[in-house]
Amino acid sequence: MSTYEIAGGVKVARPTMAGHLRDYLARIRGGDLGALPAVLGLVVLTLIFGAARPNSFFSAGNLANLFNQAAGLTMIAMGLIFVLLLGEIDLSAGYAAGVCGAAMAILLTDRGYAEPVALLGALLTGVVIGLALGFLVAKVGIPSFVVTLAAFLAFQGVLLNLLGEGKNLSIPDGFIKSLNKDSLPVSWSWGLAIASVAVFALFQFLRYRGRADRGLLTEPIGVTLLRVAGIAALILTATAILTRERAINPAVASLKGVPIAALVIGGFLVLWTLVLGRTSYGRHVYAVGGNPEAARRAGIPVDRIRISVFVIGSFMAAIGGIMLVSRAGSVDPNTGGSSTLLYSVGAAVIGGTSLFGGKGKVIHAVIGGAVIAVIDNGMFLMDFSSGTRYIFTGVILLIAAGVDALARRRAAAGNR
Amino acid sequence: MAATPLLELRGIDKSFGPVQVLHDVGMSVYPGEVTALVGDNGAGKSTLVKCISGIYTIDAGTVLFDGRTVTVNSPRDAADLGIEVVYQDLALCDNLDIVQNMFLGREQKRGIVLDEPTMEQMAAETLASLSVRTVKSLRQLVASLSGGQRQTVAIAKAVLWNSKVVILDEPTAALGVAQTAQVLELVRRLADNGLGVALISHNMNEVFAVSDRIAALYLGRMAAEVKTSDVTHAQVVELITGGRSGNLGLPPEGPTDFADFMPGGQL
Ligand SMILES: Nc1ncnc2c1ncn2[C@@H]1O[C@H](COP(=O)(O)OP(=O)(O)OP(=O)(O)O)[C@@H](O)[C@H]1O
Ligand SMILES: [Mg+2]
Repeated sequence: MSTYEIAGGVKVARPTMAGHLRDYLARIRGGDLGALPAVLGLVVLTLIFGAARPNSFFSAGNLANLFNQAAGLTMIAMGLIFVLLLGEIDLSAGYAAGVCGAAMAILLTDRGYAEPVALLGALLTGVVIGLALGFLVAKVGIPSFVVTLAAFLAFQGVLLNLLGEGKNLSIPDGFIKSLNKDSLPVSWSWGLAIASVAVFALFQFLRYRGRADRGLLTEPIGVTLLRVAGIAALILTATAILTRERAINPAVASLKGVPIAALVIGGFLVLWTLVLGRTSYGRHVYAVGGNPEAARRAGIPVDRIRISVFVIGSFMAAIGGIMLVSRAGSVDPNTGGSSTLLYSVGAAVIGGTSLFGGKGKVIHAVIGGAVIAVIDNGMFLMDFSSGTRYIFTGVILLIAAGVDALARRRAAAGNR
Repeated sequence: MAATPLLELRGIDKSFGPVQVLHDVGMSVYPGEVTALVGDNGAGKSTLVKCISGIYTIDAGTVLFDGRTVTVNSPRDAADLGIEVVYQDLALCDNLDIVQNMFLGREQKRGIVLDEPTMEQMAAETLASLSVRTVKSLRQLVASLSGGQRQTVAIAKAVLWNSKVVILDEPTAALGVAQTAQVLELVRRLADNGLGVALISHNMNEVFAVSDRIAALYLGRMAAEVKTSDVTHAQVVELITGGRSGNLGLPPEGPTDFADFMPGGQL
């Protein structure tokens, strides 16, 4: 092993492409799989459904549809990742989404408020719910499983009382309704796609330069270039497909462009990834999830961190609720109910976030959400009954949780 | 020989519910010296350390730092004074890497964004100053380190901050021969650099090799604080196991002494 001297004279292994690959493989063998199984699963599922239904599954319309289908549960799953990072759970996130969505719809229709007020109302409802849950868990000391199970039941009741049994409250056309339904104009789509690739490349380059200038160990430049190229290919290909005409009868109404939902997903993905990876708050979330006692001794306000993740969880549930209501165009007592929560937790876990705390990334919500949406969508196109779809999704979730548990055992066996 | 202790404890009491673990404990740590804190299992050494570092609140007594009375209510307060502790159970986050652990709770930032290059550079320099010359990567997860490497990270974390007092709770307990020697050398070097060092250990050879003073805790009471050069191995062992040695140590047990009635209290 050739070595390399960095600041202070500590010797570390010199980075090479081969070494980088070896390290990665070693990490995987050691049980640190991350999102790899989910990405592979996504590729396999896409190939299977694509082969079975080449025309309907592999159409621009279906790709756009997948974003709209996944948006609600992906938003909820992003919030759940913060909660899961602390080894806690939020079973109430689904109905919290429903309650926040209903609050928005009621403000919008019955009370006649403007859209910004209604949106703010939904988000505020989410924050208040999160504060209450977090307080009960962190300060009173009730296990989160029990607190959020109680909240799950209660919110179901709140939703029913707000709307009335069997009632359905439609929201008017406007910004909120277009959020999870319409697409950006083609020019905007390309502009945003190119801008985001450029910004990503710039940040990767600046980071590389920043480290190299300080005499710190850098990853091989090839790895950086490959990463930028991969992201660029992904974003630009998707944009190319989505900017194609996908209306059945373009003469009546043209339909093309990147769905606004994709922008919402991407925006929150970037926001929360930066918060978790680049701020001390994010670092503290990981620390409390990994070893609360060590975090406490390091002077981290553990209780406040615990409350904050529930606030983020319910805030993102509110965003999810907005996306669900936007897609349906209405809210009813079952919004955020049935499989919403289970799919959201499933998305986080399938994506690679550990149920045991301390391990997870925001991107896992997106990848896991895509897996679930693809299964739901593909099996529907293949005319499987919804019963069979649930069973299959359940099996996939079990496999993902099994991988997580096995990885943990391998990691535990690997040291000491 | 410095006149004022850097850290001085007076009359510290600490109970857990009905169980009083520390009785009227006094102890001093001087700059430039290693003070060994010895005592049998369960004597209260770790508890005393956690009282100093603000993890436990004391029931009674005073803590003086550099001659001033201070109150330490949280680990933050202790760190702000310049007191760093390497705990017996290390308290590292397995899911974070070496640099992240060393800066935990005190991350360097530029604006609101973490300044990773600066942290990595400081970590590298500190590790180098501790003669750690080979690690696979500073970005290695702590979970993948050996016991000795973890210990080194914990110590590096404590000396990163220009601290004035470093307290180490059994830092060599899990280490092999070579690594033990390295850690002891490091402990000595910290004191030679002017820091006040408190070292908890069960190993008499270690204690006599590096310490300038010895404080012996017996059943939650400070039996004796002596200069290492004034006592023998045998005397220290007697202080640890019986609380007394000749005219050193706790006075002979009177009938009012509660310790009499405790099984461990008999000589
Ligand atoms: N959190 C706690 N609650 C109740 N009792 C405690 C607690 N922590 C320690 N004790 C008790 O206090 C006494 C002293 O414990 P402590 O850990 O300080 O001993 P020690 O001197 O560090 O021993 P060792 O050499 O084994 O590390 C023990 O009898 C222990 O049972
Ligand atoms: Mg102890």
